[in-house]
Parts: sequence; structure tokens; C-alpha cells
Amino acid sequence: MSKQKGLLYDSTMCVGCGECYNACKKQNKLKDTNSDFLKDHLSADTYTVVEQHGDLYARKMCMHCTKPTCASVCPVGAFEKSKEGAVIYDAEKCIGCRYCMQACPHQIPRYEWSSTNPRVRKCIMCHDRVAKGLPSACSEACPTGATKFGDMDELIAEAKQRLKDSPDTYYQHIYGLEEAGGGNVLVLASVPFEKLGYTPNLPKEALPELTGRVMEKIPTIVAAGGVFLGSMHWLTKRKNQIAREKRDEQLKRNEH
Amino acid sequence: MKKTNFFKLTFWKTLGIIIMVFGLYSSYIRFFKGLGASTRLSDAIPWGLWIGFDFLGVGLAAAGFTIAVTVHVFNVHKYEPIVRPAILTAFIGYMLVVLLLVIDLGRPQNFWHPLIMWNIHSVMFEITWCVICYSTILSLEFAPVILEKFHLKAPIKILRKISVPVVILGVLFSTLHQSSFGSLYLIVPGRLYPLWYSNLLPVNFFISCISAGLSMIIFESYLNARTFNVGLKVDILSGLGKIVLYALSIGFIVRMTDMIAAGKLPYLLIPRTETYMFYTELIIGTFIPVFLLSQKKYRTNRFWLYITSIFVLSGFVFNRMNVAITGLADSSKTSYFPTFDEICITAMLVVIGMWGFSTVVKYFNVFEDEDSSDASAEEAVEDKEIIFEK
Repeated sequence: MSKQKGLLYDSTMCVGCGECYNACKKQNKLKDTNSDFLKDHLSADTYTVVEQHGDLYARKMCMHCTKPTCASVCPVGAFEKSKEGAVIYDAEKCIGCRYCMQACPHQIPRYEWSSTNPRVRKCIMCHDRVAKGLPSACSEACPTGATKFGDMDELIAEAKQRLKDSPDTYYQHIYGLEEAGGGNVLVLASVPFEKLGYTPNLPKEALPELTGRVMEKIPTIVAAGGVFLGSMHWLTKRKNQIAREKRDEQLKRNEH
Repeated sequence: MKKTNFFKLTFWKTLGIIIMVFGLYSSYIRFFKGLGASTRLSDAIPWGLWIGFDFLGVGLAAAGFTIAVTVHVFNVHKYEPIVRPAILTAFIGYMLVVLLLVIDLGRPQNFWHPLIMWNIHSVMFEITWCVICYSTILSLEFAPVILEKFHLKAPIKILRKISVPVVILGVLFSTLHQSSFGSLYLIVPGRLYPLWYSNLLPVNFFISCISAGLSMIIFESYLNARTFNVGLKVDILSGLGKIVLYALSIGFIVRMTDMIAAGKLPYLLIPRTETYMFYTELIIGTFIPVFLLSQKKYRTNRFWLYITSIFVLSGFVFNRMNVAITGLADSSKTSYFPTFDEICITAMLVVIGMWGFSTVVKYFNVFEDEDSSDASAEEAVEDKEIIFEK
């Protein structure tokens, strides 16, 4: 069993060169979508972007949640958390209900709207490469080490170390460690994360719990409801029958 | 008299045909050019009018199980005459929903996948199964109406024998299904506007579908009485009105208590679109009908019941559209208004539903007529006896 892999993106080290963006396009054979990569946005042909916020940069991509909301809401199980940690997608299973897009707390999945047989598109953390023991294409291409690929436990330890070592540089929070239950992509930055366009105020709890709590009540509702309705049927029928018998008796007595 | 009827029919027929033609053309665009070309859906707004309409179709079909449970489980035989229109409404509602779901799915050729690819944690999975099971049950419940027309007594007898478990299963499936449409949105706490987001969404959806479903029966009965001179007795209708009144009041109390408990009252004072939409929904769908129904003179009057039902139904439409569209607009940072194609396809389904309903009502004994022909009257009596015998 291989260890869980993940990515640590440190915005303070990012120079906005776009090598990760280009590497991702090349690795996933995606079409060119914008001549200026800084102005591009996530789409069916763009799995990751580098955004410019003043003189800061922020990478956006799938956060590869530990308990992926997309996987939990998909009616056919087209999403799966791989043993290496990536959230991967099987278009063959997909029916195209787009609940994953609606439910994703980070609003990441994109759709091939112009296709007549559309697929959901998003970063799959270079699943094929990682399975072969290679790092993700974006981290390999990164010239400054802003995007680092590695074992999750090591990345978490390193992120914590960086926050501790340079408290003046960093805003003291590891984004992605606990957001929506946490995931395999961690982000460090010098400013609060909503200033870089990361979704603020996400619950620490994994979202699948919200529907899970209701879903697990279903067997009880069915069993209790069935018994209740069945007995009500029997009771009211019996009541009607007794009422009718009484009425008939009354009628008979009146006849005599 | 006959002439006006004829002209009326032609006008609606022409309109229906026009809508059908547009609808079919839009369907062609949707299936051959894709969702991007036919809808205004986008990565920010992956669900739109069609999902909203699915909510409506299913919600309006709620009379199917409400009446079934009243008559067959609680043995209140006063409402016997509404069983058939209610089940027919539900059946047509579900057929439309299934049709529209297939149109809405990005990969409609895979629509059967949930049958063999299970993800029991998904609300969508549960919904799919409920739709399948409940549609089957509705066809079993409605089958006797078709069978009796062709004098097929043997299968009717079998269906009668299993009718109680079938009804109970149907009630369970629809309870789950109605509420799970609300559960769909439990997973978007950050996105759905707080006035609508609540842990009690499934409960709210369930309660509101009862008033909407029953109002649908009042509405249909009134229109049907105008067209075919076959309608329901006033005391049945006002009985329904009373249940609608209770359901609306309970629903309102539940929602308000929940809002107070969650400390959401300040949201009622923020001047923004969502707040106005929320008030519109409440005034049209709850305050006005609750007022009308609490007055005996309105509640026992056919016409006023009809007017009330229109209010309840509009309020219901507002509520579901608010959850499906308005409540999500802010967090998606884009506005959404359906395209011509989306509207045409939706309108086409409404036309199909109305034609389907009126055709079945015309040829089968759905609204039991007091002075109908001897044969059907006899059969109706027979039906009742058999039900009593159980």
C-alpha cells in the first residue's frame, strides 16, 4: 500500500510564471484556451489556473478532498478517491446529472458544455503518472518549488514548519488541511485566503456528512413508516367494520 | 354551448400544436448540438429551469400518495372519488419528470446506470430509485382504470388483493422522494441563500408538497367540471381545502421556528432580491391561501377554492424556483435566465401532460360521475364493495 500523495502550493514562493499551467495542458492534452494564462479560468480544457491578485499569485485546482463531496453525491459512483489520494473520474459511468458540480464546496468541476456526449473535467493529480511513482506534471515543472509533490504526512509537517519558521511571512493557516473535511492539496499564503479567491468559511466537517445524516435515517423511516401505515390500515378497517356491525344490529333491532 | 366548447378547444389546440412544434425543434437542438447550445447552463450554474421543473412535477404529483393514504390506509372513504384523478395526476407528473430528466442528463444514453452502478450515499441515487419504484407503483394503482375499460376482471382481482401493500409502499417511496429533493440541497450550505437553506429542507419539501398536491386536485377538478361537466362534490373539495390549510400552517410554523432557532430572522430585513422573493413566496403561497381557507364562506365555495388553489400552486412554484435558481444565483456570481429552447422544451412537456390528462379523463372513468352510464355506475358500486370487503 503506497502512501497518500498530495501537493503543497506555497503562494509566497510563486512567481506567476505559468509553467504549471503549461505542463498541465501538455500532460492532459488540453486545448489552448487563452493566450494570457493569467487571465484564463478553469474550464473543460483548463484543469488549473494561476490567478493574479495584486502582486500575489494563487493557483486554483481540485483540492482532492479526503471525503470527496463529488464522490458522495454521484448517483453512479463515477468519482473515486484513489489509493494515492487523487479524486478520479470515470466518464464511462457518468450519466451527466452534474450534481458533482452543484455540490463541490470548492466549485471546481467543469463541464464539456459544447459536446453532445459531455464529460466532467477537473484535475486528477496526474493519476497515471503518480501510479507509476512519478510526481504530478505541475510540480515537476515548477521552477521555484512553489508547488511541491510528496507524501501527505511529510507535506503537512513541512507546511506547519514553514508557518512556524517564518511567522511574519505567512498568514497562520494551512488552507485545505481542514476545509470541508480536508484534502490532499494544501495552500500557504501571506494574506487571508479569501483575498486570493479561495472559498472562505468552509465548514471543517466533510460535506457528505450533511446528507449522510439524513440518508442513514432512511431504513428507519421505511421500517417505522411501514409498520405505522400497516397498523393504521388494520385499525381503521376494524373500526369501520365494528361501526357497520353496530349499524346492522341497530337496523335488525328496529325491524323487530 | 357546444359551439363555444368547440372554439375554445381549437384555440388551446392550436396553441398546443405551436408549442409542440417549437418544443420538438428545441429538443432537436438539445440532442444534436448539446446542452451548451440549447441552454444557458454553465459551469457556475449547472442546474437550471429543468431541475426546477422536475421539483414541480414531483411536488404536484403529491396528491397521489396523500389521497391514497387517506382512503386506503386510513379508510376514509369519503375521498374515494379523488383517488383516480390523484393517481393519474401523479402518474403523468412522474412521466414528465422522467422525460425531462432524460433531456437534462448530459449523457442520456447512460440513464439506466443507477440500476447497476450503486452509490447508496448519494441522494441522487435514492431519488432515481424512488422515481423508478414509485412510477411502477403508480402504474399498478392506475391499471384497474384501464383494465376495467376492457372488462379484464381477472387481473383487476389480483391487483385488488395486493392493493394495500402496494399503496403503503407507494406512500413510503413518495415520502422519501419528496423529502429527498430537499435533501439534495443539504450539501450546499455555503451556496444556497440562508433564507432557504436549512437542515429541515427535506421536511419543508415534504410538508409543502402535500398542500401543493391537494391544490392540484382542486384546480384540476374545477377545470374539468368546466370542460366535461364532471366534477367533485363541494364537501370533498372543502375537505381538501381544510387539509391544505393545516399543511400550509404547519409548514409555516416549522419554517419560522427553524429560522428563529437558527437566528436567521435578521435576513428578513435585508433589502435584496432574495428577501423580496422570499416574501412573495410566503404571501402568495401561505398568507393569502391561509386567510381564504380559514373563512368558511370561501372554503365551501367551488370558485374560491379554485382561486385559492391557484395561489397555493403559484406559491409552491415560487418556493421551488427560489431554491433551485434564485437562492443559488448570488453564490454562483452569474445570473441565469433560461433560453428560448429551455422554455420551449418545458412548455412542450406541460402540453404533453395536459393532453395526456384530458385524453385519459375523456376515455376512461377517472372522475367518477354520479349520473354516468349504468355499466360504469354498477362497476363503481362493485369497486366500493370489494374495497369494503378487504
